[in-house]
Amino acid sequence: MEQPNLSYIRELSEGDHVFEKKIVQILQKELPEEYKEFLRSFNERKFKETAENVHKLKHKISILGLVKGYEIASTFEEDLKKDHKTHLYKSFCSIIEVMIDFIKPL
Amino acid sequence: MDCIIIDDDTTARLIVSKLCNKVPNISIVGEFSNAIEAIKFLNNNYVDVIFLDIHMPSFSGFDFIQTLKNPPKIVLTTSDKNQAFEAFEYPSVIDYLLKPIEFSRFEKSIQKLESYLIQKKENTPMLPEKDEGTNELYVNVDRRLVKINFSDINIVEAKGDYIKIKTENKSHIVHSTLKKIEEKLPNEIFLKVHRSFVINLSKIIDIEDNSVLIKQDVIPVSRSNRSELMKRLNLL
Repeated sequence: MEQPNLSYIRELSEGDHVFEKKIVQILQKELPEEYKEFLRSFNERKFKETAENVHKLKHKISILGLVKGYEIASTFEEDLKKDHKTHLYKSFCSIIEVMIDFIKPL
Repeated sequence: MDCIIIDDDTTARLIVSKLCNKVPNISIVGEFSNAIEAIKFLNNNYVDVIFLDIHMPSFSGFDFIQTLKNPPKIVLTTSDKNQAFEAFEYPSVIDYLLKPIEFSRFEKSIQKLESYLIQKKENTPMLPEKDEGTNELYVNVDRRLVKINFSDINIVEAKGDYIKIKTENKSHIVHSTLKKIEEKLPNEIFLKVHRSFVINLSKIIDIEDNSVLIKQDVIPVSRSNRSELMKRLNLL
């Protein structure tokens, strides 16, 4: 499975550790919160809201360099909006859980 | 170049701000997590460029652009590839950046902006244009921007830190001052007749010594404003 990384953040920071720390701290705080929101809206079958939550998480997926993960999230978001299709739910959850595990100890 | 950043996502704002700090001649004068706060800021401040997220809850980037009468140049920042076509339907949109934004791509955007602003400087003064020919204004009511046509307004009343805008059918309480709204209203139709009241002259039913009647409201006219009021009336 594709693994998250800090390449994008490091490239952007050019050695600015304060910036790196700040962005990591935001991800550590917001990722679990937004994932929780996503699970809640999904379980309540509020698909429009779930698509919004996927959209929000999608940007964080791209920050952590997950190219395939980003594609999955984009398709999942469109599926939820158009036909309420949920077959990418498990893949999406795995991506976010891997990201949370990655960011937690940093 | 003065810019503002509008994005509901904290990480996105931080990234755009970092990108801006990497280029000379661009200074961030405001960061906003929603479009309504940005509109309030733009009511009193002029900027050269807005970095604007399209996808925001309740009030999208496109909604935001439509509320601006004289928008500065806008660089859209988004995670959606498929909105580029719609984006360039707005003349103020100068570029469309896909997240995560790479510095090399951001630099190109800045170059575009700079060449546009140099051109503009050569041709016109860089002052915000006066709002002429507008027939309405937008007010912030419960985090929504409500459109009010000038012709519908009967009275505006000062209420401490708020103003009450009375129209034909409704009243809106808005966090603002009488002075601010007076600047927005066309002075050929509206007149301040008292320190707490601005009225629509076309809605006057009758006038007594120190008051005017508008619909069922009796509005006081202060002595200092009375002569101006009389001048503005088409007396027989």
